[in-house]
Amino acid sequence: MDKHPAGTRATLTWLLIIPVVAVVVPYFYNFYAPTLGGFPFFYWYQIAWVFLTAGLTWFLLRRGD
Amino acid sequence: MKNLSEWSLGGRNVGAVVSWFLVGGDLYTGYTFIAIPALMYSSGALGFYALPYCILIYPLLFVVFPKLWQVAKNHGYVTGPEYVRGRFGNRWLALAIGLTGIIATMPYIALQLVSTQVLFGALGWTGSGTLAYLPLVISFLALAAFSYQSGLRASALIAVVKGVLVYSAVIGAVIAIPLKLGGYGAIFSKIGAKVILAAPTAHNLGQFSAYGTLAMGSAIALYLYPHAITGLLSSASNKIIKRNAVTLHAFNLLLAFLAFLGLMAVVGGVGSDPAFASGFKTFGSSFAVPAVLMKFLPDWFTGFAFAGIAVGCLVPAAIMAIGSANIIARDVVTPFASWKSEAQEARWARAFSVLMVLGGLAFVIGIPMKEVVNFQLLGGIWICQTAPAVFLSLYMRKYLTGWGVLLGWLVGMTVGTWMVVDNAFASSVFTLPFFGTMIPSYIALAALIPNVIVALVTSPLFRGAQAGKDETLATDYVTPQAAA
Repeated sequence: MDKHPAGTRATLTWLLIIPVVAVVVPYFYNFYAPTLGGFPFFYWYQIAWVFLTAGLTWFLLRRGD
Repeated sequence: MKNLSEWSLGGRNVGAVVSWFLVGGDLYTGYTFIAIPALMYSSGALGFYALPYCILIYPLLFVVFPKLWQVAKNHGYVTGPEYVRGRFGNRWLALAIGLTGIIATMPYIALQLVSTQVLFGALGWTGSGTLAYLPLVISFLALAAFSYQSGLRASALIAVVKGVLVYSAVIGAVIAIPLKLGGYGAIFSKIGAKVILAAPTAHNLGQFSAYGTLAMGSAIALYLYPHAITGLLSSASNKIIKRNAVTLHAFNLLLAFLAFLGLMAVVGGVGSDPAFASGFKTFGSSFAVPAVLMKFLPDWFTGFAFAGIAVGCLVPAAIMAIGSANIIARDVVTPFASWKSEAQEARWARAFSVLMVLGGLAFVIGIPMKEVVNFQLLGGIWICQTAPAVFLSLYMRKYLTGWGVLLGWLVGMTVGTWMVVDNAFASSVFTLPFFGTMIPSYIALAALIPNVIVALVTSPLFRGAQAGKDETLATDYVTPQAAA
């Protein structure tokens, strides 16, 4: 990740900052409503980020970052 | 055992599937199974910080560890501090980082032993005095024999057993118990205000900043622990590490639902059930998980789940003992005296692993068991201060110097310890005043800030002393891209 020889794409690894911000700032998600299948927003939002983070990392892996 | 890397890293040759079980079984410990649901039981939503914490560890794994794995492989490093010694050529810095790892791991091993003790308590072991520690001594003997005899390869195989047991037990429990309590919607609606975090006031961020900093600080701290580095360096390739950074998220679903067990314990009324009164009196909120399992599930299933949790505690404890033993052998002894042979080094490391378990046991017996989580959090504060030496050094190769990083470490350790003392050891969250606003913050992160600043500011002063000391090469840090 230190070097990008001519012809290779720039890394998109910095995208991983998105899940970091999304889950450490409770201002985004400290609400009871809307619930999903009985789960308050607080919980299903954070569980959703398990899938989103895995998906994003998978994308970077496939891309070769 | 021929040599240290054979005993402690499985010959650096653990394949994709076993590595998934091994690293997952290594990172998710008695803390996940007992302490986090206990915190949910006593404090509600705040305990759920464990989920953002464990979400963050995988981006970090993806970015940082392929580099560390590569440089460790190229130079035969077995531990984090050993990399630090090679990178900075400063044995005092390496010693400081190594001792921090050992001291932080001791309470972490203790936490695993305490967690198994809670299970024995739930099964009705109510001896008093020294007899009360009998089950613990038995687990200790099993653990010590286990890591001494077989090293990491056996831990890897038992980690597979752990994975299967724990997944089946948790999936069964989190389906069956809510059925008896009217479903998840009913459970959440009966928790009350603590179901989400308390909102900040005009001049105090309260639980918001505590939640975020606990998640972030714990995530940074995790991979600095000897057992995490040991588990990861054993992977056969850095491609496996990257793939694990995607697939290990499956353990986070497990973690989330385990945390909900604490809420089920609240709604299920285990705290007011006379059958569990003595358990809660002895073990406090740590008794929430055993109690809720026993109250709502058939005996055979509870027994199965307890076995899973007990194995779940012993696997990471064994790897902690192995990881710390490596540090004693490679970073405390080697730089100051030399081994006669590789075999001798491996033999002594195995003995050191028994010593580590003994230390954990002494910790459990010597310190009153109130808040199990706080043990682990205190160690986390110290281990977090090794982040500049182990992580930042992978990036700022030309800039950072050994003595600068050592000074930063000293400041971080001092500030962190002072904050804990100022809190009278009662909490790992310290309230920082910031222009009239109170910001409660996890001490690990709060102390890391002056640590990094001092390391950055003083590093240039030691440029002369640092010259020519770095035995690693720029090419060691380049991981194969795209070609993967």
